Amino acid sequence: MPRRLAQAVVVLWAAFTLSFVVLYLLPGDAVLTKLGSAEGGVTASDAEVAAARAAHGLDDPLPVQYGKRLLAALRGDFGTSVSTGDDATHLVLSALPPTLAVTGLALVLAVLFGGGVAVLGTYTRQRWLGQLLLSLPPLGISLPSFWVGLVLIQVFSFQLRLVPALGSTGFASLVLPAVTLALPTGAIIGQVLAKSLRTQLAEPYVEVVLAKGASRGRVHFGHALRGAALPALTLVGVVAGNLLAGSVVTETVFARDGVGRVTAAAVTAQDIPVVQAVIVLAAFFFVAVNLAVDLLYPLLDPRLAAPAARTGKVTADA
Amino acid sequence: MTGHARPRTTRTAALLGAALLLSACGAQGTAATGADAGPPRPGGTLRLGISSNPDCLDPQQVGTNAALNVGRQLVDSLTDQNPETGEITPWLAERWEVSPDSTAFTFHLRSGATFADGTPVDAAAVKTSFDGIKALGPKSLLGAGYLAAYRGSTALDPATVKIEFSVPSAQFLQASSTMSLGVLAPAAYAGTAEQRCQGTGLIGSGPFVFESFQPNREVVLAKRPGYAWGSPLWGHTGEAYLDRISYRVVPEPGVRTGSLASGQLDAITDVQPVDEPQFTGNGFTEPVRPNPGIVFNLTANTTRGVLTDAKVRQAVSKGINRPEVTSTVLSSNYRAATSVLGSTTPLHADLTKELAFDQQGAQALLDSAGWQPGPDGIRVKDGQRLTASVVFSAVFNQNQSALELIQQQLRKIGFDLRIELHTTAETTTIQQSGNYDFLWFNTTRADPDILRQLYSTKSANRSKLTPGPLDEALDQQAATVDPATRGPAAERAQRLIVEQAYVIPVFELTQVLGVGPTAHGIEFEASSRLRLFDAWVSGS
Repeated sequence: MPRRLAQAVVVLWAAFTLSFVVLYLLPGDAVLTKLGSAEGGVTASDAEVAAARAAHGLDDPLPVQYGKRLLAALRGDFGTSVSTGDDATHLVLSALPPTLAVTGLALVLAVLFGGGVAVLGTYTRQRWLGQLLLSLPPLGISLPSFWVGLVLIQVFSFQLRLVPALGSTGFASLVLPAVTLALPTGAIIGQVLAKSLRTQLAEPYVEVVLAKGASRGRVHFGHALRGAALPALTLVGVVAGNLLAGSVVTETVFARDGVGRVTAAAVTAQDIPVVQAVIVLAAFFFVAVNLAVDLLYPLLDPRLAAPAARTGKVTADA
Repeated sequence: MTGHARPRTTRTAALLGAALLLSACGAQGTAATGADAGPPRPGGTLRLGISSNPDCLDPQQVGTNAALNVGRQLVDSLTDQNPETGEITPWLAERWEVSPDSTAFTFHLRSGATFADGTPVDAAAVKTSFDGIKALGPKSLLGAGYLAAYRGSTALDPATVKIEFSVPSAQFLQASSTMSLGVLAPAAYAGTAEQRCQGTGLIGSGPFVFESFQPNREVVLAKRPGYAWGSPLWGHTGEAYLDRISYRVVPEPGVRTGSLASGQLDAITDVQPVDEPQFTGNGFTEPVRPNPGIVFNLTANTTRGVLTDAKVRQAVSKGINRPEVTSTVLSSNYRAATSVLGSTTPLHADLTKELAFDQQGAQALLDSAGWQPGPDGIRVKDGQRLTASVVFSAVFNQNQSALELIQQQLRKIGFDLRIELHTTAETTTIQQSGNYDFLWFNTTRADPDILRQLYSTKSANRSKLTPGPLDEALDQQAATVDPATRGPAAERAQRLIVEQAYVIPVFELTQVLGVGPTAHGIEFEASSRLRLFDAWVSGS
């Protein structure tokens, strides 16, 4: 466990440092971008630009800026947004709830859709149905999210008028963005789960269990699914990060506020304090989800809980 | 960095979405029948879809349309500007005097106007506000330019304020009508500029007051009860009709148009050319107004490569078929440029003839300058290719397609225009460094002085000129508010710029609104920003 925590700290530090370096390698800076945001570009004099840069600490040598920012970040202070003048940490944290609501629902939907399709697709005895279900994940992965989002809005909001197209209030406004976000994620989960289910079902132990008189359903859900869930669970840890990235697109299409919109605007404006706050937050989220996944493994597979007793346990379990 | 890749994908999405919407809205059009407007009805909320998040709400600081369209409703200005004639008319000031050299402006304020916190709009408050804008420095993106030579204000008596400049500043009279120099209450300056951005202490005397701001989602303004000092140019007197204005931030153009068509919004800004047909003649209206100021143009860096030669620049100007650009990439709502200034700019000079498409003329000019057709169709001279690059960003969605068409047009005269798309941040850096052949941009300003700001060798000098007759003409127009003297100077400046092709004007940026059957009375002010005092909503 201490080793895992140390790894997490390294990941957070690396995210902070990389984002700093990348943002500095880009031409231009946040102050120039802001002063040039009126049509026609910068009208301020060079001296005024320099003064504005100094006010944001952008005139210090790079190592000094890096050191100052890192020290402040350790206290949770990422600085002030150049574009909006708001505190960067506050800006990102206040955008978090609407994003978490959508990504949370999306994750649940993705697991339900993906898991359901994989389990049913491998369980059914109707060949055509199985093939149809198992062809859904590749289709889901290949559909671009923004297109799916626009089609969903068009059908369910503009035509059928079941849900509002805009805004972040109420459960109804969550449904379409969550479905949009869940589709590619659920598709990946479904594909991986289906594949490992088929691998598990081809294992010799399945024949043993069947020979002992277990029903097909018990073999499928009780034995194979448990073994197949491990790779899928690992994947959930990875795709949870994708959900955050996907929120940039869904929040734009569905006119929602949230971390995705804040990120897109901050990156465009090279608003370093905000971008760093977002990246460190995302890294934290990623680390936390993966830690949770790691803790879940032993519950699914006791071999992982007690490596010492591995061999004996496996035979007993089977 | 995914953030940089996204705008492209969302644009593609917009096109896809637009195609879907076009097919879908054919059926919907009839459902939304033209409402019988009747007399204006007070009350209700206008749901207005805007295309970008106003990062800041303080009209004294901001520069984007999204933010200015909010700020305009919150503050009153010393003067107003007639959108039809460009004439400066009374508002908070009943009358004013300008010193003969246009360095001192004395405003006589009307009585009875108060800020939302109850304090009076008097000379001391006006002074505090102008000093406050000056103190913002470059944070006041537009005001800093208007007040570049601001020396100070003096309250001569409670109703009279004198504003002085260190150099002749005729443009200030028009600037005094903008929301950028709108007056905020003295209490507003107790807080920081950043707080005002978020709406805290944003206290004006305008027909609406700030209510709430949720970034990336919604800005809400509420009616100012008892408002009675509107500009005489407006449609009615007294309070605004609307109880509330709800600005909804909807970045995706297809979603904006769809939300309007399905009645989830009352009106939207920034209708894309491809979406325009669905809002004509089915209960929807489509108010349009070209922006005053400098039109979309290729500004030449006259110190770089082939662009040092006036004949080459002139040939490029003749080689561009402007009506083809507006009809192919834009729509009938957009006008081909008739000068470096837009047609709605006061003292605009009509130079249609000088900007006519003349392919033969362009080729003759290049021939006479010694540019011979090369093997790939691009002309060469002494081993040098006839080529220049243009730096632009995608701030206006149709920039890329417009420039691609211009590229094709110029290829026909043997000129190779290389198109360089950059992020806004990069464009700003390049523009500051002077490291460009052509710049592509536009600027909104309802006064010809914008030419001096951008092209005088004493200010931004975007064409990298050396002091000469253009400076003289620009200084002359800055020295007097009298149109009889100012007009000819402004015309001379426009002629010089267009004839020497320092700037190659192409088309006028145009504001296109989509207004649903429930919304009425949405007007453009002189800078083509929204005026919502006379707006009202019916039914719902």
